[in-house]
Amino acid sequence: MMRLPSFRLLSPRSMDDVTVALADDPASTRLVAGGTDLLPNMKRRHQSAKTLVSLRRVEALRGIQGDGSSEVRIGAGTTLAEICRSDVVKSAYPGLHEAVSSIASPLLRNMGTLGGNLCLDTRCSYYNQTEEWREAIGYCMKECGDVCWVAPGSSRCWATSSTDAAPLLVALGARVKLDSVRGSRVIPLEDLYADDGIAYLTKERDEILTEVLLPSSDKTKTTYLKLRRRGSIDFPVLGVGVALVQDDAGGVEDVSILLGAVRSQPTRAKAAEDRLRGGALDDDAIAEAAQLARKPAAPLENTDFLARWRGAMVEKFVARALTSLRGR
Amino acid sequence: MSDYSLEGQSPGGRRQDLKLIGKAYRRVDGPAKVTGQTVFADDYTAPRMVFMKLKRSHLPHARIVGIDVEKALAMSGVVGVLTGRDMPDTFGILPVSQDEHALCPDVVRFVGDPVVAVAALTEDEAEEAMRAIVVDYEPLPTIGSVQEALNTPEPRLHEYGDEGNVHKRITMEFGDVEAALKDADLILEDDFFYEGNTHLPMEQHATVAVPEPDGKVTLYSSTQTPHYLHKALTKVLGLKASHIRVIAAPNGGGFGGKSDPFNHEICAAKMALKLGRPVKITLTREEVFYCHRGRHPVQMHMKTGFTKDGRLVAQHLQTALDGGAYGSYGVASTYYTGALQTVTYKLPKYRFDSIRCFTNKPPCGPKRGHGTPQPRFGWEVQLDKAAHALGLDPAQLRLKNLVEPGEVTANWLKVGSIGLRKCIEAVVEGSGWNERYGKLPFGRGLGLACSSYLTGAGLPIYWNHMPHSGAQLKLDRSGGVALFCGETEIGQGSDTVIAACVAEVLGIGLDDIRLCVADTDLTPVDLGSYSSRVTIMAGNASIQAAERAKELIAEAVAQRLDVPKGRLVFADHRVFDAGDPETGMSWQEAVQCAESLHGTLGTTGSYTPPRSPGRYRGAGVGPSPAYSYSACVVEVEVDPDTGLMRVEHVWMAHDVGQCINAASVMGQIEGSIYMGLAEAVMEESAFKRLPKNRSAALVHKIPSMLDYKSPTFLDMPKMSSYVIEDPDPNGPFGAKEVGQGPLLPMPPAVANAVFDAVGVRVDQVPIHPHMILDALAAKAKGRPPRFGPGAFPAFDFGTPLKVPTPDEGGDGKATNPEEAGIRKDQGTMPETSNTGGPRR
Ligand SMILES: Cc1cc2nc3c(=O)[nH]c(=O)nc-3n(C[C@H](O)[C@H](O)[C@H](O)COP(=O)(O)OP(=O)(O)OC[C@H]3O[C@@H](n4cnc5c(N)ncnc54)[C@H](O)[C@@H]3O)c2cc1C
Ligand code: SF4
Repeated sequence: MMRLPSFRLLSPRSMDDVTVALADDPASTRLVAGGTDLLPNMKRRHQSAKTLVSLRRVEALRGIQGDGSSEVRIGAGTTLAEICRSDVVKSAYPGLHEAVSSIASPLLRNMGTLGGNLCLDTRCSYYNQTEEWREAIGYCMKECGDVCWVAPGSSRCWATSSTDAAPLLVALGARVKLDSVRGSRVIPLEDLYADDGIAYLTKERDEILTEVLLPSSDKTKTTYLKLRRRGSIDFPVLGVGVALVQDDAGGVEDVSILLGAVRSQPTRAKAAEDRLRGGALDDDAIAEAAQLARKPAAPLENTDFLARWRGAMVEKFVARALTSLRGR
Repeated sequence: MSDYSLEGQSPGGRRQDLKLIGKAYRRVDGPAKVTGQTVFADDYTAPRMVFMKLKRSHLPHARIVGIDVEKALAMSGVVGVLTGRDMPDTFGILPVSQDEHALCPDVVRFVGDPVVAVAALTEDEAEEAMRAIVVDYEPLPTIGSVQEALNTPEPRLHEYGDEGNVHKRITMEFGDVEAALKDADLILEDDFFYEGNTHLPMEQHATVAVPEPDGKVTLYSSTQTPHYLHKALTKVLGLKASHIRVIAAPNGGGFGGKSDPFNHEICAAKMALKLGRPVKITLTREEVFYCHRGRHPVQMHMKTGFTKDGRLVAQHLQTALDGGAYGSYGVASTYYTGALQTVTYKLPKYRFDSIRCFTNKPPCGPKRGHGTPQPRFGWEVQLDKAAHALGLDPAQLRLKNLVEPGEVTANWLKVGSIGLRKCIEAVVEGSGWNERYGKLPFGRGLGLACSSYLTGAGLPIYWNHMPHSGAQLKLDRSGGVALFCGETEIGQGSDTVIAACVAEVLGIGLDDIRLCVADTDLTPVDLGSYSSRVTIMAGNASIQAAERAKELIAEAVAQRLDVPKGRLVFADHRVFDAGDPETGMSWQEAVQCAESLHGTLGTTGSYTPPRSPGRYRGAGVGPSPAYSYSACVVEVEVDPDTGLMRVEHVWMAHDVGQCINAASVMGQIEGSIYMGLAEAVMEESAFKRLPKNRSAALVHKIPSMLDYKSPTFLDMPKMSSYVIEDPDPNGPFGAKEVGQGPLLPMPPAVANAVFDAVGVRVDQVPIHPHMILDALAAKAKGRPPRFGPGAFPAFDFGTPLKVPTPDEGGDGKATNPEEAGIRKDQGTMPETSNTGGPRR
């Protein structure tokens, strides 16, 4: 059997205890929420920690507040299953419901949390492997090596952002609250991410993500399309999250199109948004926007499926997402 | 999700005389399995047990320069290590491929080849110690494919084999194929590729070895072949066979992946003897991918001639197998990529050439269908192409060419019953084929394919005259019956099969039978759960033992009741006079009568397959007491915009001869659909190299269950199963196999359905969406509407072994063994068959 390395486990109940524990030795301490990402990674020994701080007993991190007519707040420790069951999410943010219910499998959603999903380590088929396998390739830059095996000429890591919730939440304009012993701050979720497979989060190591704040859903239509091999379990090889506000005539008042799993961060298809904003949402506009959306995607050979095919699918999926929202 | 129908094809419909056989009933191992009480190998534990880990090579090919275990030995909890020096003798499943060491003594041949075994008080300590072992290597050049193996005759991976890195070369011809092809109206030549894949059993291999005070050792292991493991242990440990006991725990799935003796099993036994303590090892999922023995990647070139009206003229098939680093069953696999090409459709002339090459990858071996799904894929796709070219219906084309019952094929295989016509008719009707094929909207399609499979290999793996399967019954005054049989339950339901055979003969219930199975000390030898042999061989052996017990009891009861023996009926837990059912006694009283008359009661039964007519070198692979048949229709939905495909519905008919347990038959059909679908659309054992200027790595791409894609429930189509019962004279109650056959037609049926849906051919599996898109793009540009492999590797097969066919008046022997370079000492499979006939 694959074994976990040994570590110290802290299980505080209060937020203060969490931030203090994190501040003590941020470099070798990690938060564990559902553990569905961290623990497999620790078994394979590409993530490690002397101390784990469990968030399971911190009640303040759980729950969904608000009804969508004004801001909705989701605690970072809320499980994905709870979010799937939430009527508020279903009715006010159907795209978020689609995204979250496509994550992993029912059992994993019972354990996995929204905070863990947003902070999910980036993935790569040269990295999400056992210690023995990585030794066989001589490791890569994301760990202790000096080369990126996917793009050997590159000076950076291209591991893919694989969270299903983030693209849709960024499209929605969600913000996140970060707490530490040094205080607390709220930033747009989009700013939490950096396009770097190693330093993919901009937050400090002693900061904890405590809540996700969703703007009122008034007029905003959302959808999420996910591409993966199988009907369940699989991480996305492409995610398309769209938030759309239409004027009374059906024209595009505002639109956000975010691509998941094609770079190291959720990626905004800005040229596509610009093409649509202020115009009609007709077939031509959708086709042109979809074509423009392909540009910022940089799929590489480090997930399931051929990269060139995944790239071609960006256009198809963006077009499908926009077309489906137009009809809603 | 699925529906099911049973159809008897024997003259009088389904057999009415059987009480249990043929019905659907609960498996004898069912309650324990569903309540979590089955004791699998990893569940065994023993006082003072220690845990073992294997240090495996991280290089694909290298010479071992030094091994440093000092640091590991000094670590807390560590109790011992073993290296290759401790077990110098080689082993391997086939006598002709004894090329494995329990631990590599000097060369490692793939990433995952084991070098050191270490044991410690806890699994954690063993793992840490394993990581602390340092092995120094001198890297050697690596081979990643058949083509590379042909380009790189030196250095050789092994010192044996036909030449360079070609492990096995075969060429044989039955009738003059080229001459026959001159008369063909249509000749199709195609290149196909079938990617390798693995068994993916839920249970990871596990072994517990327990030393005994008198120097003996007992092994509990998840193995499909306790008898062959016993032989390998005897060889490597250097103990008397009678001092080693192997007990096969119920396997949590095998599919062929637990049919070889494995390094970890031998190391556990050696370590237990060395330490005088029980030793456990349970592999990680990654290690299971390295044990492998899965489907060989096979490239194929198939040239077939047809007449205008769709009759087969002749075929020349060439196959090239990527064997991985060791022999395993590979020589047999190589023969199997050609042997069964003749048992479905009448192929008057046939030539078969094949090579198997060594590569620096985990060894390939037998997976469900062993060597035959690959040529079956090419064959059934090519038939679809022929039907199209000739303007014939694919189902009609097949019906025209069916082998006749009792026929001897061009390559000298004797077929028994064949219910394929009924199978085809069932799926044609069920799927609405005649109304819908070729007429569905663009993007939707139907595909048809058939297949045939062995019901047990006609020859054992090592040459001997002993039975392939034995059973022993012990009966006493309690009325209980103990059934001893070497057969191994791997989830396929074989425990239930042998119990049902005995219960049927004796007229008692399954719950009256105590099973003792798969224990080399206590049970008569059975060769193992492979080649779909258990129902026919252990079933027939059990029936023979039961018939003999029945005879003993009948004799005693006849005396006591003063009724002629021949009039006694055994049914409903009673033995009674057929003429006057009131005159009789309970089963228990009947056994007591017999025990009083004969003394202690015990009987045996055994089974050896009949002799096959082939007498040429290579004729040992392919013969079987009976062949099963399947036909299937698949309906797919293909999105021409993305290439994404979904299999919507599968209609599968299977000629099983006679159901032993109808519920298990259905389970095997559905399980085969699942596995065949997986191979058609996603599963692949892919390997990757890194940029050559920076690294010599050659690794399994995805040795994990998340990333090695196998379908989930949500990916399963609706299934309609049809059971056709065309009893075979050699089968127990007429039964034939069902464990492997229904997998075979799935991949070609899917490929044929894609063609019906969008008009392009994908000549390889698994079929990925980009392949469909690429083929569509090719079509749009006016190029051949196909995605598939390039040309077959250039290789000189030399002069084929020529064997005249039965139609040509042959006698089953080759006419030119010297010319074809067959030497007495070079053989791989025994040239002549055994003495045959059931043994008394
Ligand atoms: C088989 C399998 C399939 C999966 N499929 C998908 C999928 O399809 N889509 C998908 O998006 N994910 C998938 N996942 C990943 C994972 O299950 C989910 O992303 C889940 O939401 C992670 O949440 P968690 O609470 O379990 O995270 P954990 O494993 O507990 O934590 C993940 C990371 O986030 C950090 N973290 C956790 N909470 C916080 C916080 N509040 N503040 C700051 N940092 C925090 C942890 O330190 C850790 O680095 C899959 C996982 C598996 C094992
Ligand atoms: S993208 Fe490159 S550096 Fe990053 S994990 Fe993959 S191989 Fe390593």
